[in-house]
Amino acid sequence: MAKYLLLKHYRGIPEPVPGTDVPMDRWAPDEVSEHIAFMDRMIDDLKERGEFVDAQALSPRGEFVRYGGEGRPPVTDGPFAETKDLIAGWMVIDVDSQERAYEAAGYLSSAPGPGGRPLHEWIEVRPFLTDASEVTG
Amino acid sequence: MTPHPHDEALRVLGPQVLGVLVRRGADFASAEDAVQEALLEAVRRWDTAGDGAPADPKGWLVTVAWRKFVDARRSASSRAQREIRVTLEPPPGPTEQADDTLLLLSRCCHPALTPASSVALTLRAVGGLTTAQIARAFLVPEATMAQRISRAKRTVTGERFEQPGDVHAVLRVLYLIFNEGFTGRSADGPADAVDLAAEAVRLARQLVAAVPDDAEAAGLLALMLLHHARRGARTTPSGEPVPLDRQDRSRWDTATIAEGVALLQGALARDRLGPYQAQAAIVALHDDAATAEETDWSQILEWYDELVRLEPRNPVVALNRAVAVGHVDGPLAGLRLVEALDADLPRRDAAAAYLHEQAGNLGEAGRLYAAAAEAATSTAERTHLTKQAGRVRQLSEG
Repeated sequence: MAKYLLLKHYRGIPEPVPGTDVPMDRWAPDEVSEHIAFMDRMIDDLKERGEFVDAQALSPRGEFVRYGGEGRPPVTDGPFAETKDLIAGWMVIDVDSQERAYEAAGYLSSAPGPGGRPLHEWIEVRPFLTDASEVTG
Repeated sequence: MTPHPHDEALRVLGPQVLGVLVRRGADFASAEDAVQEALLEAVRRWDTAGDGAPADPKGWLVTVAWRKFVDARRSASSRAQREIRVTLEPPPGPTEQADDTLLLLSRCCHPALTPASSVALTLRAVGGLTTAQIARAFLVPEATMAQRISRAKRTVTGERFEQPGDVHAVLRVLYLIFNEGFTGRSADGPADAVDLAAEAVRLARQLVAAVPDDAEAAGLLALMLLHHARRGARTTPSGEPVPLDRQDRSRWDTATIAEGVALLQGALARDRLGPYQAQAAIVALHDDAATAEETDWSQILEWYDELVRLEPRNPVVALNRAVAVGHVDGPLAGLRLVEALDADLPRRDAAAAYLHEQAGNLGEAGRLYAAAAEAATSTAERTHLTKQAGRVRQLSEG
């Protein structure tokens, strides 16, 4: 088994499929409900297959923070409206193969949007690095 | 882990036994460790002995826990040799038990602890929940919660207790637990997780039994019950929140509402008004309306005026009062008050969006609902506000 991170982005993805980039706050309320219900069903399905690890949505509000020097508070920067890449949330799955990870990502991307049509949203798929102990053998 | 036949009894007895040990002069952290060991021993022995639980389970647990406490003390020889005041008392009656509950609650809610630590320690030491259950309820790893609780125990052990404790600190912690259960998880949490709202109600009942003359303790329990009564109508079957004005009121629990109202009336009759009683009065007025349209907003506004008098610097109260003003004097009057509040105040945009919608400014309402969704702190709240934005935009464009 290998773990994969499936990342959803608010911004910073390749060019969206035309007609699928309407922001969610302009969808009909029922379309939002259908989208959320799809996500819930997908998580239930992953749990049933024994592949689910974690899922989390993130607020778009955030800032950059770094060390400010001895005895000083941390330095903050942002939030940037123009930041290229903005992560919306993730799923972590533990699956048999990369093929299965891509299949799950593809399914996640088929979540319904306006008019109940699949969103074709780009999902970033990142393999986890495994434990270092595995290279010693 | 399969539930043990004695789990529920042990869960209730554990905190009582801890209370006895602390009252006898045991320090909090060692007493808690001793009680946990005694509970484990009970699980091991009450079944395997073949004769089930002893005739006096609490007496058995007190004896075993006290012995473990004394043994641990003796073996900790490197520490300062302090005298242990062993007072051989008869088993406590109901009054002493109520005193013990208050004693434990005031230690768990000591001002030296952070709110998160107080919440965890209270659920463990007074609620009798396991560390694993508390960790699941707050969606953190068990090791993290174990560490939080053990740090909290050490902090409490280092504090001195001259007085019976501050009931108001306890009220604040119990309300935090309630709100975590009431607004925190909905569909996000594991389905078999502990119901924190119900847990908070249970603890508040114990507190009211311990301080029956405290009007605010009764006010807090009433407030919890009056909210809790709506739980059957607060979410859709798929877990989405349903706003108050759209709830199916036939699903409200009328017996719980009646209990809350009776408690509140008893508290108000003491003529020592406080913020929990005033909030409970507002919730009672909402619960009393057969339909959203029949809500008595003038009376609600009067209670908000009281609440502002009690908590003049609380911006959340000011925001909620502005919405009530919107219902009584019209949305534009409400909006004028909202606009005077700090722009960063949570839910300010959502309140302004609601009032703009009432005033017929659908475009502005849509923009503000979308902004509120972006600033939302829970997925349920974000989904709700996103749908509100979509709904008013459809209205304004269609």
